Amino acid sequence: MSHLASTVAALALLGFTTLARAGAAELPVSEVAPGFFVHSGTIALMTRENEGDIANVGFIVGEDAVAVIDTGGSFREGEALLKAVRARTKKPIRYVINTHGHPDHVFGNAAFVADGTSFVGHSKLPQALASRGPYYLDNFKRIMGSELIDPVKIVPPTMLVKDTMTLDLGSRRLTLRAWSAAHSDNDLTVFDEMTRTLFAGDLVFLRHIPVMDGSIRGWLDLLKGLETVPAVRVVPGHGPVTDWPAALSDERRYLATLLADVRASNRKGEPIRSAADNAAATERPHWELFDDYNARNATAAFSEIEWE
Amino acid sequence: MTGCTRRLPLIALLLGVAFAGPVRAEEAYDPWPGLVQDIFSNRPINDGAEIIGIEMPYRAEDAAIVPVTLRSKLSPGDARRIRSITLVIDRNPAPMAAKFELGADANVTEISTRVRVNNYTDVHAVAELSDGQLYVSKVYVKASGGCSAPAGKNAEEANNRLGQMRYRQFAREAAPASRIREAQIMIGHPNNSGLQMDQVTQLYIPAFFVNQLKLTQDDSPVLSMEGGISISEDPNLRFTYVSNGAKRFRAEAKDTDGHVFRNEWDVEKPGT
Repeated sequence: MSHLASTVAALALLGFTTLARAGAAELPVSEVAPGFFVHSGTIALMTRENEGDIANVGFIVGEDAVAVIDTGGSFREGEALLKAVRARTKKPIRYVINTHGHPDHVFGNAAFVADGTSFVGHSKLPQALASRGPYYLDNFKRIMGSELIDPVKIVPPTMLVKDTMTLDLGSRRLTLRAWSAAHSDNDLTVFDEMTRTLFAGDLVFLRHIPVMDGSIRGWLDLLKGLETVPAVRVVPGHGPVTDWPAALSDERRYLATLLADVRASNRKGEPIRSAADNAAATERPHWELFDDYNARNATAAFSEIEWE
Repeated sequence: MTGCTRRLPLIALLLGVAFAGPVRAEEAYDPWPGLVQDIFSNRPINDGAEIIGIEMPYRAEDAAIVPVTLRSKLSPGDARRIRSITLVIDRNPAPMAAKFELGADANVTEISTRVRVNNYTDVHAVAELSDGQLYVSKVYVKASGGCSAPAGKNAEEANNRLGQMRYRQFAREAAPASRIREAQIMIGHPNNSGLQMDQVTQLYIPAFFVNQLKLTQDDSPVLSMEGGISISEDPNLRFTYVSNGAKRFRAEAKDTDGHVFRNEWDVEKPGT
């Protein structure tokens, strides 16, 4: 991004958050396919200033009902997303689908709690939320402040997906698929058959460095299956909506490089900290937030492949 | 929370029975004096700058796997030796991460392991020397922001590895022909930290971790560890020691469910 563009983006963001503070503005969304709305999160860490608005979130409108997919990084973002839904349809929100349990995707859940709304997630999502939820709340209270985090409630799914599940919004079928450990151990994708649009959650990153919180080998393996999904476009967890499956090439290269580097490091008998400092260094120019996540990815990858 | 840790018995510090409550009021409160009372019975503790080194990354990149290295700074001619090193992560729910006992004849000078870090915290290493004196060094670690969490990444995988053990020996470039060895022991174990009942999901993951590890060359103690839930999943120790000529390296680990895991390996020749 050019300096001018980033300045403009920063100013736009500043304006947006000011409005949101004044009373939950409507979250800006674009219709990436008929009835398929997406809000693009900023490529950044969750902060007080961006109100946790860093992940892509969205909703799909069928003939009878609406499905919301991920709810953002704060209760306030959840409310703003709800306003965006209500500005476009009066149909009931029958499902809130969480693609996985990270805070930037689930912290807005509480804004959607209502009679007739079911929360849907991977069968391992409840356990992940139980073991990490309290820590996430404490941690992000420190980072983002009480005003934003106190209203956040951890809302676990009641409809669990073990393998696949089809949801019908009325002449519009969504295929949900639960995957084995990759980005996290509770990744779920949503495929809209009508528009052949895949909402991939954090199994797909573009521009934003991939974050590995599950299994690097699992993730690389999974990409082989994921790319066979007959989509024409993907909504990644972070980054722009992109043609499918071309969208996968950067991520695959990053993960393969990281895996090769930590394996080489382990073979040489280097300690885990060397891997954290050096692995995937060649990838630095290709990604935003590289220094925020690469060492962490390398640490986690190293501890995984040590057991090979 | 002020004063709460003071009333906790030592075992609670290791188990992490008391989970940290609301964080805001705690930031200014220094838990260390209370920990000195609980863990070291208020014995005097000297500055350890010349005795014991502790190294950790300033920023805990992955809160579940934070590498820590403890290093003896005693000169080879010093008549004293380090008898034990206690690792304390002040603001963790279980502050006492581990106590290492160093074998009398093994001359362990370096220990690296991996810990969980819940919070921005001081981390203390307290060495007890053979003359009974305590010495402390500390580092400050910033817990990672982002979605990093001290909990495990792949609960199923961790359980599948339960009880597996690996031993590895590394070449020491500095002294290829000496009797100094660098080795690593890995134990497959989820080292679950335990949780209160979650009121919404009704899920409960009981504490389940390796609490004792003994390493010997033949039957001579090299290093032992009394561990708690602050030790990362799949406990991993890398350390130096001096070979006594033993042919076998042995490990015995016990966990809180009473499992005992034993294994032994041939010691490779020095310099390999």
